[in-house]
Amino acid sequence: MSIWADAWTYVSTAVNWTGAHGLTRPTFDGGWKFAHDSIVALTIEHLYMSAAAVITAAVIALPLGMALGHARRGGGLTVVLSNVSRAMPTLALLTLFAASSIGFGNRAVIIAAAIFAFPPILTNAYTGMANVDVDVTEAAVGQGLTRLQVATRVELPLAWPLIASGLRTSAAQTVATVPLAALVAGGGLGVIINTGLATQAYGQVLAGGVLVAALTLGVDAAMGLLQRRLTPLPLRVGARAVA
Amino acid sequence: MHSAAPNPWLSWRYVESNWSEISHQLGIHTTLTLEAVAIAFALAFPLAVLARNVRWLTRPILGTASVLYTIPSLALFALLAPFTGIGRTTVLIGLVTYALLVLVRNILTGLEGVDPDIVDAARGLGYSRGKMLFAVEVPNALPSIVAGLRIATVTTVALVTVGVVVGYGGLGQLMFRGFQSSYRAQIATSSLLCVALALVLDLAIVAAARAAMPWARRRRAA
Repeated sequence: MSIWADAWTYVSTAVNWTGAHGLTRPTFDGGWKFAHDSIVALTIEHLYMSAAAVITAAVIALPLGMALGHARRGGGLTVVLSNVSRAMPTLALLTLFAASSIGFGNRAVIIAAAIFAFPPILTNAYTGMANVDVDVTEAAVGQGLTRLQVATRVELPLAWPLIASGLRTSAAQTVATVPLAALVAGGGLGVIINTGLATQAYGQVLAGGVLVAALTLGVDAAMGLLQRRLTPLPLRVGARAVA
Repeated sequence: MHSAAPNPWLSWRYVESNWSEISHQLGIHTTLTLEAVAIAFALAFPLAVLARNVRWLTRPILGTASVLYTIPSLALFALLAPFTGIGRTTVLIGLVTYALLVLVRNILTGLEGVDPDIVDAARGLGYSRGKMLFAVEVPNALPSIVAGLRIATVTTVALVTVGVVVGYGGLGQLMFRGFQSSYRAQIATSSLLCVALALVLDLAIVAAARAAMPWARRRRAA
């Protein structure tokens, strides 16, 4: 079991966490980038890339899904989108971007990850809004609420558990996708695994795998907690993602 | 990226002159997918039946499967590679692990959704537990099982590509090599083939399911 010993040596060496020259490196054009020999810097970079991707996706998918769900139109579109995104390999999108004018590196990875983060958010926002009991919305209209008020004050709170669980699914999935960035010269924790494989340092590969898995499970748990905290008490039972 | 030589996205010449390699990787990709889904199903079916029959095992079985499912693919291959080496075995184990959750969940949902009246009627007719499962419950749960098989198969086709990290990614090998040499035709061709393979396998399952469930067709026609 010397691989486990090697992994332990890697994780318990302080310089592997802090980096030999700090958390950032200057770039040739006067800027800076995250140091790729520091677990701390790579984790921050990983979380930054994931957050950028999920926020980008949510900014478009949430209003779109809620509008479609409110109008109860376009259900077919959401199904097609999530099916296509399931069949499209992440690696295909990353390599296609790299060979196009988008190029490679973190920006391309964030765009690719945002595309994969999009369908779960959209589907859950749509389903949540569309599945609100028609009697409830009719009662609200009867009380004199405008369409916008019905959407924001009646449908949105009722749809929230599903919307939140879509965001959670999407965030966990994105944190799990970003490691692939290392294959196309991007950053994040995948770098540890990729460097380890390239140099046949299998202890480091194992340590990287554990770190990535732990970060994903941690983000999933944190999002679950956030989801619970933000859900009104009466709605806490039975909220489960549909995609 | 702006080289003088033409670098088209689609090139029939690329396909023609590299067909032996493309078909080789396509074959690897297909067999790996089918093998992984078959093994995952062989494991998932008894697990789902167990989770259904032994109540206190339901949560641990589903919980373990979801934790395994949450582990990123790159990390899983990284965790396996030091022990199972570089190559086919590692990729296969990873793929089976991911297909497991979807299959267990859908088989379980299907079995639990069987109309209790039907089960009651079968019990009244003197069906044994085994006969009940295979002659009554599984046929009734088939729509949900088929839905699970479709999702598992399509996601597995996409996941095979991550196998490049251990040097065995089927069409992913071509994508990755295309990336390294900025060869657009190679990337685009292998990406399209990947999506096409997922589509073909998905349609094949739908066709097989239609053949296996003649009653569903009749009901829809009526």
